Amino acid sequence: MLCGYEEFVRKVEVMAVVVENLTVRYGDITAVNDVSFVAPSAGVTVILGPNGAGKTSTIEVCEGFRRPTSGSVSVLGLDPQRQHRELTYRMGVMLQGGGVYPSARVNDVVSHFCALYGKKVNATDLIERVGLTSRAKSTWRRLSGGEQQRLSLALALAGQPDVLFLDEPTSGVDIDGRDTIRSIIVDATQQGTTVVLASHDMAEAQKVATHVVLFQQGTVIADAPLAEITQSRKRLRFSSLATLDTLALSQAIGSLVNHQGEGVFEITAESSARLVGRITQWLSEQQLPLLGIDLGEETLEDAYRRLTGDTQ
Amino acid sequence: MTRIFVQLRAELMLLIRNGEQLLLTLIIPVVLLGFFGTVDILPTGDIDSIDFLVPGIIAVAIMSTSMVSLGIATGFERSYQVLKRLGATPLTRGELVIAKILTVFVVELVQIAVLLPIGFAQGWRPAGSTAAFVIVAVLLGTSAFAGIGLILAGSLRAEINLAAQNGLYLVLLLLGGMIISQDSLPGPMAQVSLALPSSALAEFLRSSLNGNGQLLAPGAVLTAWAIVAPLVAARRFRWS
Repeated sequence: MLCGYEEFVRKVEVMAVVVENLTVRYGDITAVNDVSFVAPSAGVTVILGPNGAGKTSTIEVCEGFRRPTSGSVSVLGLDPQRQHRELTYRMGVMLQGGGVYPSARVNDVVSHFCALYGKKVNATDLIERVGLTSRAKSTWRRLSGGEQQRLSLALALAGQPDVLFLDEPTSGVDIDGRDTIRSIIVDATQQGTTVVLASHDMAEAQKVATHVVLFQQGTVIADAPLAEITQSRKRLRFSSLATLDTLALSQAIGSLVNHQGEGVFEITAESSARLVGRITQWLSEQQLPLLGIDLGEETLEDAYRRLTGDTQ
Repeated sequence: MTRIFVQLRAELMLLIRNGEQLLLTLIIPVVLLGFFGTVDILPTGDIDSIDFLVPGIIAVAIMSTSMVSLGIATGFERSYQVLKRLGATPLTRGELVIAKILTVFVVELVQIAVLLPIGFAQGWRPAGSTAAFVIVAVLLGTSAFAGIGLILAGSLRAEINLAAQNGLYLVLLLLGGMIISQDSLPGPMAQVSLALPSSALAEFLRSSLNGNGQLLAPGAVLTAWAIVAPLVAARRFRWS
């Protein structure tokens, strides 16, 4: 037990967030089941998974909003339940939705939050940083979904936090808004802030993540740096006719070929000129067309499908 | 202390922005006093109608602010996750509650400052010499009604809470001896009325301001409500 505790203490020293054997139950339903992962300091840890995978419950325990059924959580070395007050001075939170009174104006609510933290953050500058200067006098109810998300992000930044918890920050946000949010997240990490972001949008998450925690049905199926997860295996994809004989091609090239559907085929192997040559030669012999080819590495979505055994 | 005033300022600004809150807290009591003070149609028992009405309408104003206005706003804040969001800032629950209570007192001061001159204009003259009792009445009434408002706000969905607060407001307004004397109510209803916080507050204010009537019985009922209601609210309240 002592070794386990020492290991926990060692992790806390280098990791902003350490979650150990966390379980969250709502009555008979287990939302989070014996989950462990870490979020390295000054990085962007993305908690990924489909809706209902347990992401929000986990984040809420880290924020101190929810008491865990069992397990332990440390955020910046603090217990989010017992040391919630200390944590609030160092933590920024963006809820999945809402959090602002509909009749509150942008400039008023940002000024209000800046004043609550008392860290002399300039509200006007913060509004400008999230691109809402032209909407400063608008009320929350008059903002678009994307503008509301950006305002929520501004509120999360009002206390110059050391750790930022963002729950689905780009949900309902247009392309420009996503760029703004992404750039703010990157800026924050460059200034030493740790970002923990829950999302089900894998493409968006891949653009900012340095560390990834993949959730499935309340459990963690992977917890590693982004590069490690997506480079752990490489893949080559090509398009041809859906009638292609995958078994014959697999034998011809010496690698397993999977039909992904709609004439898209995937080979899990290191891309090489030799492999591409073998495929094109075989297709030519079979008089099948090569409609497209993608030599790229695995995306997060690919990795998630591979790890969950979902081939669709 | 700074955070309490930061939150107080935000609460007051929101209140000013919400027209329906102003209607409830200021305009309705003013209209009730102006109308019934001019048109003598209410059964007020042995007391002059204006002597009956001024303390009664002040009680209505306190109930409007500390129960309905606070309760509805808090219910919606819970529903909109405003309370949850504030919970992630350095503002503590205690500071939030103090800021909300101070907001109620500020509004009540404005209400009393508006209602008393209207009462004077209609010929009302306070005969009581006990300003201290009036302050006690305002404090106890605020505590009792805020407790009731927060019990509903902390346990019901925002829309149901809205309906429940308004329904209860109407019941207490009609049966609570505020604008209609308990003597005019049927026997059993009058007995029930004596135990209501609205009756106790109105009666305590009448006795304090007019210098006649009882202080002890309504004071005891009001004190009981002022202690029990906030305690129940604190136990039942859910922040999100």
